[in-house]
Amino acid sequence: MARASRDSGGNRGRLIFGDLWEFDPAPETADPKLSARYDLFIGGAFVKPRTGRYFDSINPANERKLAEIALAGKVDVDAAYRAASRAFGPWSRLPGRERGKYLFRIARLLQDRAREFAVAETLDGGKPIKESRDFDVPMAAAHFFYHAGWADKLKYVAPGSTVAPLGVVGQVIPWNFPLLMLAWKLAPALAMGNCVVLKPAETTSITALKLGEILQDAGLPPGVVNFVTGAGETGAAVMGHPSAAKVAFTGSTEVGKAIMRQLAGTDRRMTMELGGKAANIVFEDAPLDQAVEGIVNGIFFNQGHVCCAGSRLLVQEGVAGRVVAKLKDRIRMLRVGDPLDKNTDLGAINSAAQLSTIRRLVASGVREGATMFQPPCSLPEKGFYFPPTLFTGVTQSHRIAREEIFGPVLSILTFRTVDEAIEKANNTPYGLSAGVWTDKGSRILRMSAELKAGVVWANTFNRFDPSSPFGGYKESGFGREGGRQGLLDYASHA
Amino acid sequence: MPPRSPNAAHARLLEEIGSVDQVGIEERVAKYTTRSIKKSAKVWGLRMAVSMTDLTTLEGKDTPGKIESLCRKALRPHDDPTLPPVAAVCVYPAMVSRAKAIVGGSKVKVASVATAFPSGQTHFRTRLAEVRGAVADGADEIDMVINRGAFLSGDFARVEDEISGVLEACGKAALKVILEVSELETYDSIRAASFIAMGVLRPGDFIKTSTGKTTLNATLGNNQVMLEAIRDFFKDTGIAIGMKPAGGIKTAKQSLQFLIAVKETLGDAWLTNRRYRFGASSLLNDLLRQLEKEKTGNYQAPYNFSDSAESY
Repeated sequence: MARASRDSGGNRGRLIFGDLWEFDPAPETADPKLSARYDLFIGGAFVKPRTGRYFDSINPANERKLAEIALAGKVDVDAAYRAASRAFGPWSRLPGRERGKYLFRIARLLQDRAREFAVAETLDGGKPIKESRDFDVPMAAAHFFYHAGWADKLKYVAPGSTVAPLGVVGQVIPWNFPLLMLAWKLAPALAMGNCVVLKPAETTSITALKLGEILQDAGLPPGVVNFVTGAGETGAAVMGHPSAAKVAFTGSTEVGKAIMRQLAGTDRRMTMELGGKAANIVFEDAPLDQAVEGIVNGIFFNQGHVCCAGSRLLVQEGVAGRVVAKLKDRIRMLRVGDPLDKNTDLGAINSAAQLSTIRRLVASGVREGATMFQPPCSLPEKGFYFPPTLFTGVTQSHRIAREEIFGPVLSILTFRTVDEAIEKANNTPYGLSAGVWTDKGSRILRMSAELKAGVVWANTFNRFDPSSPFGGYKESGFGREGGRQGLLDYASHA
Repeated sequence: MPPRSPNAAHARLLEEIGSVDQVGIEERVAKYTTRSIKKSAKVWGLRMAVSMTDLTTLEGKDTPGKIESLCRKALRPHDDPTLPPVAAVCVYPAMVSRAKAIVGGSKVKVASVATAFPSGQTHFRTRLAEVRGAVADGADEIDMVINRGAFLSGDFARVEDEISGVLEACGKAALKVILEVSELETYDSIRAASFIAMGVLRPGDFIKTSTGKTTLNATLGNNQVMLEAIRDFFKDTGIAIGMKPAGGIKTAKQSLQFLIAVKETLGDAWLTNRRYRFGASSLLNDLLRQLEKEKTGNYQAPYNFSDSAESY
């Protein structure tokens, strides 16, 4: 095997990935314990919306209605902020270890009901059960545990200065990791002594409201956490409320900019976690099979509904053919379909709207001359699905290399030198994450310094830990979540 | 040309075939263990595993009686007449003629370990003579060990030459090359040794993880390294080499995980006992027990399966 042949991708032997051994359906059967109708969670109780209106939350896997969700109007958001303001005094004066006890309790109760929450998350959002079971729910619990540990150690979080809570915090979270984003936002705010008004995304409100039950069971004082549900208008009311000391937003860059315009000139603090178009960079000396695995994990995790998804693959020309050939073989093995099936690798796209965005951008890739590859796979008739998709022959000018697709679509570009890789990786308005695959340690260090991204993963991708700060550069936002840094974004310090 | 340092040989080969990231590959194989195989897919997998078993006894205390018992079990694993026989019985050279007398003419092959198994530490001419003797006695397959001493000292040419020599001595018998992965230690070395062996093997020959005589035997990790080596070699040359994990696979559940690795790495063409084998002894009765469970809904007592004790 001469080195030259490393780039051919190998074409003498053809592998057959057929149907010789088909797996039977293996659905997760735990009861998600859903209610037919969910009210707002304000002042520690579930209350009907003053608007009197409800909207449907559907299961994107089959388009069937799951539950009705209360639509919060401005008066409801006012009520939530009033409840939070009332709760703030006593809550912020509680000794840290007492606040920590509540967080520990929430974490444990979530662990107790992990399977139930995993199924609810999968039904509501469309992500594969193996991800909600093995990643979303345990990681959400881990964030509560981690911040519970900080609650009585706030004296040491910023040596040399004293930290204090900000007040009532308004938070709006996206639909891609509903429960996990909620944990990222709630846990540090509460540990620091703030109170919260949070709006989940309108397509994925259920697990937040189920967590309201856990907050009640944990005996959390009324008003410390309030959930108001609804769409963009409700979100604008939460973000623009005059009682908010700080707003924290995770979502699209477009909406993030609108919020920033809305709040410009006020003394409101902000943290923004916005879009991304991460470069996953594979050098010739990388362990290629593991790099391929990381590329797959980077772009197909959660159907690509990940702001830090490795959606641009930059691969060194010498191994490009081989990497693409291996990728094609690998994605033939991805199982697309019923998210509740334990063997499903790619579940449902979160909404019809998102599916049409993906289709539009994919069509632009084809129109602009990139070569598309999709493995043969049959998609369910009902529900929103999109097959794993690769584009080769992509250049920096293609829309699919510039715009965030937020779906299972990978754009593959090549490079020749280290400098070119850095140039291409940074040639984007975004800067949330990046990946580097190489056997050479010194190169990893150089890349991590030169890539303008909040997170740089080396020889891995999409790894998270509550102790590790996460956040962006440039139009990917500012502020951090997780770790000391994330905690300090919920504090004033003098 | 000055003699190259041993490390240079290793580095040069890795440069050519690429390296393996330990953390990455172990994450990959952990995903196989989360696959959920139910109902008819489970039965299919279990029956496939039965047909892939190299039913093995490699003990100092092996007797003609023990070999006969093993061979009968290989031919008729359980009372169910629809069950396939196992792929082969695997025995020491001294037992080959006895085994052949029983399974000869059936689908069950006789495999013999040879080449001073398990250490391989004797003269090459002696090892060759052992192979010839086993083949002359009727062995259909030879399981050889590589010269780990030569490999670890960087003398790859010698490792390769010895495999060639054994291959020649095999004649028509299929060859399985045991890398003894626990003595190579790193995934990079396992990948390198796989390529050295495949470079001389014929289509239909095998590479094999272990002798079963050291502490660590077949794992999903080293199985995956070797499957990926076989896949890369096949894509470049068109030559299909078989794979045999051996030692440490004791439960039906484990064997299904190994088969999922085969399905997802090499595809359908390797889901056959011509290209994939399990070197095992106690695995067989667990497979049978699980098959009975699928049929009847209940676990049967161990005494319902013949040869249920692991060792006598």
